[in-house]
Amino acid sequence: MPEPLTRPSRWSALRWDGVVGAVLIVLLLFSFTFVDGFGNALNLSFLIGNTLPIALVALPMTLLVVSGEIDLSVASTAGLSGAVMGALWNQGMTIEAIIPVCLLLGVVCGLVNGLLVTRLGLPSLAVTIGTLAAYRGIAQIVLGSDAVTDFPAQYLDFAAGRLGDTFLPQAFLPFVVLFAIAVVVLHATPFGRSLFAIGAGEEAARFAGVRVKRHKLILFTVTGLMASLTGIFWALHYASARYDNATGLELSVIAAVLLGGIDFDGGKGTLGGAIAGVFLLGAAQNVMSLQDVSAQSQIVVTGVLLVVSVLGPRVARQISVARAGRRAAASTPTS
Amino acid sequence: MTHPSDTGPAPVLALKDVAKSFGAVRALRGVSLELFPGEVHALAGENGAGKSTLIKTLAGVHRPDAGRVLLDGEPVVFHGPGDARDAGIAVIYQEPTLFPDLSIAENIFMGRLPRRAFGRIDHKATRAATAALMKRLGVELDPDRPASGLSIADQQIVEIAKALSFDARVLIMDEPTAALTGSEVARLFGVVRTLREQGAAVLFISHRLEEIFEICRRVTTLRDGAWIATEQVAGMTEDDLVRRMVGRDLDELYPKQDVTPGEVALSVRRLTREGVFTDVSFDVRRGEIVGLAGLVGAGRTEVARAVFGIDRWDAGEVVVDGRPLTSGAPSTAMAAGLALVPEDRRAQGLVMDMSIERNIGLTGLRTTVRAGLMDRGAERSRALDWAIRLQVKYARIADTVNTLSGGNQQKVVLAKWLATGPQVLIVDEPTRGIDVGTKAEVHRLLSELAADGVAVLMISSDLPEILGMADRVLVMHEGRLTAEIARTEATEETVMAAATGRAAA
Repeated sequence: MPEPLTRPSRWSALRWDGVVGAVLIVLLLFSFTFVDGFGNALNLSFLIGNTLPIALVALPMTLLVVSGEIDLSVASTAGLSGAVMGALWNQGMTIEAIIPVCLLLGVVCGLVNGLLVTRLGLPSLAVTIGTLAAYRGIAQIVLGSDAVTDFPAQYLDFAAGRLGDTFLPQAFLPFVVLFAIAVVVLHATPFGRSLFAIGAGEEAARFAGVRVKRHKLILFTVTGLMASLTGIFWALHYASARYDNATGLELSVIAAVLLGGIDFDGGKGTLGGAIAGVFLLGAAQNVMSLQDVSAQSQIVVTGVLLVVSVLGPRVARQISVARAGRRAAASTPTS
Repeated sequence: MTHPSDTGPAPVLALKDVAKSFGAVRALRGVSLELFPGEVHALAGENGAGKSTLIKTLAGVHRPDAGRVLLDGEPVVFHGPGDARDAGIAVIYQEPTLFPDLSIAENIFMGRLPRRAFGRIDHKATRAATAALMKRLGVELDPDRPASGLSIADQQIVEIAKALSFDARVLIMDEPTAALTGSEVARLFGVVRTLREQGAAVLFISHRLEEIFEICRRVTTLRDGAWIATEQVAGMTEDDLVRRMVGRDLDELYPKQDVTPGEVALSVRRLTREGVFTDVSFDVRRGEIVGLAGLVGAGRTEVARAVFGIDRWDAGEVVVDGRPLTSGAPSTAMAAGLALVPEDRRAQGLVMDMSIERNIGLTGLRTTVRAGLMDRGAERSRALDWAIRLQVKYARIADTVNTLSGGNQQKVVLAKWLATGPQVLIVDEPTRGIDVGTKAEVHRLLSELAADGVAVLMISSDLPEILGMADRVLVMHEGRLTAEIARTEATEETVMAAATGRAAA
């Protein structure tokens, strides 16, 4: 009978994101101690700066996957934003005017995905494979094979610069703020609570009065907005706006999110785990590069990590479900 | 334990003093059971009594910790379901598991389809064998029909035919009638009688006691994993059986209180959803329990879904406490004080992978909030409060609901909705598939809610439940409301007449 105030149903998720966090910390300690060139400020700022685009897109992607959806078009949206930014800059518009336009464009891209999924009831995997190609194609039409590099210095400095004497990129602070907002939204608001319910049982969520379509539309739209923000950051950070910016970013994001314990079937995971997954993958790749591990081998390692990440939370969950089942059976024997 | 008086045939399958534990749970403690050829034998007991464990032991899924399984009097050990099947034991589950895209014949002979030269499937032979099985069962089903279009009743027939194709001598039927309509049950019973006459032994499980009395010769009752009695059904009453199952006298199964109805709380006017239901109008007053009867497919669930806003309506109007609702908006229906306990608790009532706490909390996302954030303390105390009030049996409030028994899951669904303080409560098949003890609790709860001034609309295919609980009975037939019958005039005959369209009121 009632024996309240423990929360084993979140154990598995907590334990898996705990595992990822612990592995990240161990990897960092190990690398600081044993890997030449890892601990210097330049390398660390490269590591974080290169990981930030993945982390930025991982925030809304985590919410999407928790709600049982996915957006594969994020990298193309980022690329399109960068391309439009370059094209408008070439036209002579000011950067202050260009950025809102690009963000609005991201909103539109996300809205298109969201409407196709919620109004027409199409699976998001298929829809966003389609828009992945379409948005990238538009980017190429807009900018051709040009590379725009001559953005204003203060913006380039912000995107590539560091906070004072530290190794932290200046863009890290805004990311921390966005991360905090996302954590609160997912884990502490009715909206976030609804996303978990939608992902784990969409019909039951609907029968409980959750406005499923509206939630999903908002998520896709925000994902588009974040993707375009990332595209702007990317172009400034690398001082290069090209139509093929951020190609393949979506796979890194999804790999990291899954590694962080977000269940591909929806309804499970924590944002902390997802971001730990992002930085774990980023740090692992950085260390391997420093150790002169060939690019091919790096891909193999990343792939193995991914399979482990999809497997790990499931095994953990099965163990905890078996325990919960035994415990429930102990109080109410199920026939 | 009574045996047939004559020495007669030997039991084809028997359990002798079987015990089975899972960890600390003693699911079966010294249970004995004998199944004779040509006998339909009922297995009765509440949820959690050990029925499923017993079935799984017979089917070779579980091996007993102690005691023996006897086949034709000889001890056997089943190492898996395949062994039991080869021994002629087949289990028909409540929800059949057919391949939807394959034909009936292909489903029956899946994995052992007759072959012609070069390994090609011999469709002709498959069809002929299937037709022969159907004939043996006295059922007309086209062997070429795909399984996807079949009703649950037809799917069960296919499962039975499949069992026969394995030369099953023992058929175990686990709540086969739970999702069937009256006429489908009658046909299933026809098939069962045919099998009985052909010498099969049938072990029959059902929560509907009247079915046990209709078709079974003997009944074995389990309680808390222990064998209670094996008796001839003839001469027993339903009360006797219920007493064996729950170990005490049930207060009435239908504890309906007399309440003077108040003002109209739910008013449905000329509601129409094209092709589904037409021109449905009715009122439910505070303090009333209004039964909504009809055959499965008559449109009752669809009306409930539309009223609550899950589906849109094309014409008409729904008014709750004087406030008209918007079509297709459950959140406005909830805000107006409407609650719907849906028919399918596993898909619609609950998020099975979420905790009891979170499931109950799902209807409180607008109320257990402080400054835009979830108030976890309030969320938890709301969930605990209602779980305790409804006497949900659970280990921890944070356990997922799929660890609970069916009856307790249904209580969580009720808790989730009662926590919203509804003015109008719609319950769709509130006691389907739950044991008789919990059923009585649910009825008492509905009666108390009505007495407190809640307007209750109860959809049920369980006629005794409708007759026992409802102040008025509305009857639907083919998408239309065909009758409104006062409690005093409602009988099985009047309700069924309206439900089958024989008498329009």
